[in-house]
Amino acid sequence: MERDGYTGHRAFWFRFAMTLAVFLTVLVAHGDEVNVAVAANFAAPMKRIVADFERDTGHKVQLSSGATGKFYAQIRNGAPFDVLLAADEETPAHLAQEGAAITGSRFTYAIGRLVLWSPRSDFVDVDGKVLQRGNFDHIAIANPRLAPYGMAAVEVLRSLGYYDALVPRIVEGENIAQAYQFVASGNAPLGFVALSQVMKDGRIREGSAWIVPETLHRPIRQDAILLGHGINNVAARTLLAYLRDNKARSVMQSFGYAW
Amino acid sequence: MSLRARLDLARPGFRLAVELEAPQRGVCALHGPSGAGKSTVLRCLAGLEPAARGRIDLGDRCWQDSARHHFLPAHRREIGYVFQDANLFPHLPVRGNLEYGMARVPIPHRRVFWDQVVELFGVGPLLARMPAGLSGGERQRVAMARAVLSSPRLLLMDEPLAALDTRSKAEILPYLERLGKELTIPMVYVSHALDEVLRLADHLILMEGGRTLDAGVPGTLLARHDPGAGDEDAGMVLEARIGAHDDTYHLSRLDFSGGTLWVARRESVMGQLVRVRILARDVSLVLTPHTDSSILNRLQAVVVEASPAHHPAQLRVRLDVDGTPLLASITRRSWDHLDLAPGRRVWAQVKSVAVL
Amino acid sequence: MMSLGTEDGVAILLTLKLAGLVTVLLLIVGTPLAWWLAHTRSAWKGPVGAVVALPLVLPPTVLGFYMLLAMGPAGPVGRMTQALGFGLLPFTFTGLVIASLLYSLPFVVQPLQAAFASLGNAPLEAAATLRAGPVDRFFTVVLPLTRPGFLTATVLGFTHTVGEFGVVLMMGGNIPGQTRVISVQIYDHVEAMEYARAHGLAAAMVIFSFLVLALLYRRQRPALL
Repeated sequence: MERDGYTGHRAFWFRFAMTLAVFLTVLVAHGDEVNVAVAANFAAPMKRIVADFERDTGHKVQLSSGATGKFYAQIRNGAPFDVLLAADEETPAHLAQEGAAITGSRFTYAIGRLVLWSPRSDFVDVDGKVLQRGNFDHIAIANPRLAPYGMAAVEVLRSLGYYDALVPRIVEGENIAQAYQFVASGNAPLGFVALSQVMKDGRIREGSAWIVPETLHRPIRQDAILLGHGINNVAARTLLAYLRDNKARSVMQSFGYAW
Repeated sequence: MSLRARLDLARPGFRLAVELEAPQRGVCALHGPSGAGKSTVLRCLAGLEPAARGRIDLGDRCWQDSARHHFLPAHRREIGYVFQDANLFPHLPVRGNLEYGMARVPIPHRRVFWDQVVELFGVGPLLARMPAGLSGGERQRVAMARAVLSSPRLLLMDEPLAALDTRSKAEILPYLERLGKELTIPMVYVSHALDEVLRLADHLILMEGGRTLDAGVPGTLLARHDPGAGDEDAGMVLEARIGAHDDTYHLSRLDFSGGTLWVARRESVMGQLVRVRILARDVSLVLTPHTDSSILNRLQAVVVEASPAHHPAQLRVRLDVDGTPLLASITRRSWDHLDLAPGRRVWAQVKSVAVL
Repeated sequence: MMSLGTEDGVAILLTLKLAGLVTVLLLIVGTPLAWWLAHTRSAWKGPVGAVVALPLVLPPTVLGFYMLLAMGPAGPVGRMTQALGFGLLPFTFTGLVIASLLYSLPFVVQPLQAAFASLGNAPLEAAATLRAGPVDRFFTVVLPLTRPGFLTATVLGFTHTVGEFGVVLMMGGNIPGQTRVISVQIYDHVEAMEYARAHGLAAAMVIFSFLVLALLYRRQRPALL
């Protein structure tokens, strides 16, 4: 009897291990999972790209969108991200220097375009002369210390010579999303936002806009990098390659990004 | 300056509907069992129950008349209120408590004086103390002094002794008696304790279930209503005067219309009026005056009627002692054995007399 | 350009000014409101109490977002302030004061409400029978007996306004001397990866809050928390 009981247990554990193995095989065959931290301004196009990517490769992507500076602090403190799609060049460079990211994997996945935008249809002219007229109380920009789009906006105002006159009317959003909110809610009649925020299917969605010439500010390069946590993650490397694919780039284009 | 009130107040599970009138002088007691609505009446009189409807007049002053939407708030009724639990301000010392009401009465309107009241209630030594450090009796004395110092037109006392132990009660009662005698402030006194009521009241209003049962002079009223019938304390109250003192046996003689009663020596002056209470269970009946008994007090009485008591073995016999009513509790068997009947002359042996 | 230390100093002064003003206004507005909530039997007690408590459960950014919309040119509050000639409130110190009033309201009202409720009616009735009118009663009985509640309300209202962040972020516009308070300044330093400067301000804020709360807890058990 005792012996039978023993074999009974052994049979159970054997079956259990087999089931587990089959289950895990199915899971692995289905693809790797990749955790991606993406800058807030690129969240919308990235969702579309990820949908294509998952369908094409069978890998699974977990997206977290937020401020690049916050991601930096989190990654430095061991956050389990495999890939960072930053809003700037500096943050990925820092992380590589500090050994938290893989140096050779860094590349510019997109170049952002700055736009002076107002939800009112006839407020911003196509040459940006509205800045000279100055018939507004507030002009919203992203915080230039924190956001590349904010820095670019300040550069534009400086190169046009309006900065000093407009400083008292500048209201800063902590990031480009908030700068957009200030303008969209009408609290600031106009502001410098990302083209990706007001563009849909290659056109300005509503209101009036001046797409700022790239000669007026340094290019807003957004770099991607493979993080230390993702060094052995096949899906992570596949995703980084996929971002240079034409399919992904056509999505970016429809949102107003260049590369 | 008499007090007249008609009050109506509905609460979940309770309804107060009373009409009452209290004479302009002395102490009017509101008496009845717990839940009779006595304290609620007092709160209505004070203006602490804005939901109460009806009409209240003190003399020619109308405090409330719901028909005319007139309601004088408590702070303008010029009353003094003594709460059951003293309700002193915990953040003020005794002196601050005493001054609180007084300071709010303009000097020309003050009718009582600090020294007089402090002396009357013996609160002089307490002035610097905080309420939290006072005994229950001390607290209640301060509360009374505080109420009196606001020169009220009417003093309202809500069971001021109920929360106190026997010793504190004994400590306070003399102050209350002096209050009635020395200051001419009319008072409405709520209590469910009969001994307090009998000792203090000049006028008595009986309440039960949110209504007034009867009103009048305490002695006659209680005789009529046999308060506590069926209770252990069924009994009668009578008034008597100190007639003599016997120093050898340490006794005092009390004289009343129906005879005399000997009680333990009283420190009272001759001729002083006292109230005594005789419980039915302390009265036994005999047909002839026994001199070979340890019982000191015997009164000649006439049987008026007998009524069933709580226990079927017992009868309550109502007696007439030359105009003063008295109750005796005896067994049915003794009633038959002694062949008692209304009109029969008997001797009532009184085992003990409580002087109130 | 201002030196970096001065910028922090401006933010600290602005924060103290904001918190001080908001605390005083909250005590003035919150006391009658707390009194009403503690004593009313009105059917409005539930809804009003819930509105007061909303900032406790709502993420500050949600609150800030709705305030931004409400105070904007198309929002009901914005229309009113414009019609009255005050202009728009976002990006102004006044707007920040109003936002902070709403945001810190429960931290002042709730301790006061608890203090008023536990005070009960007895001392007030005693005072009324001793000739004290309603205002008199409030200052001579309620105030001294609920002092711990007022202390808790003042400290929590002040420290909570000092620590407020999400709402300011949403509708401040980060204007030095107007809307750039300490918490936003710290956030900027952190986001800009200037951790040393962030540490300085953050440590000062932690120590300040700790000292105030330690003092409060040593004196008494607060009515809330």
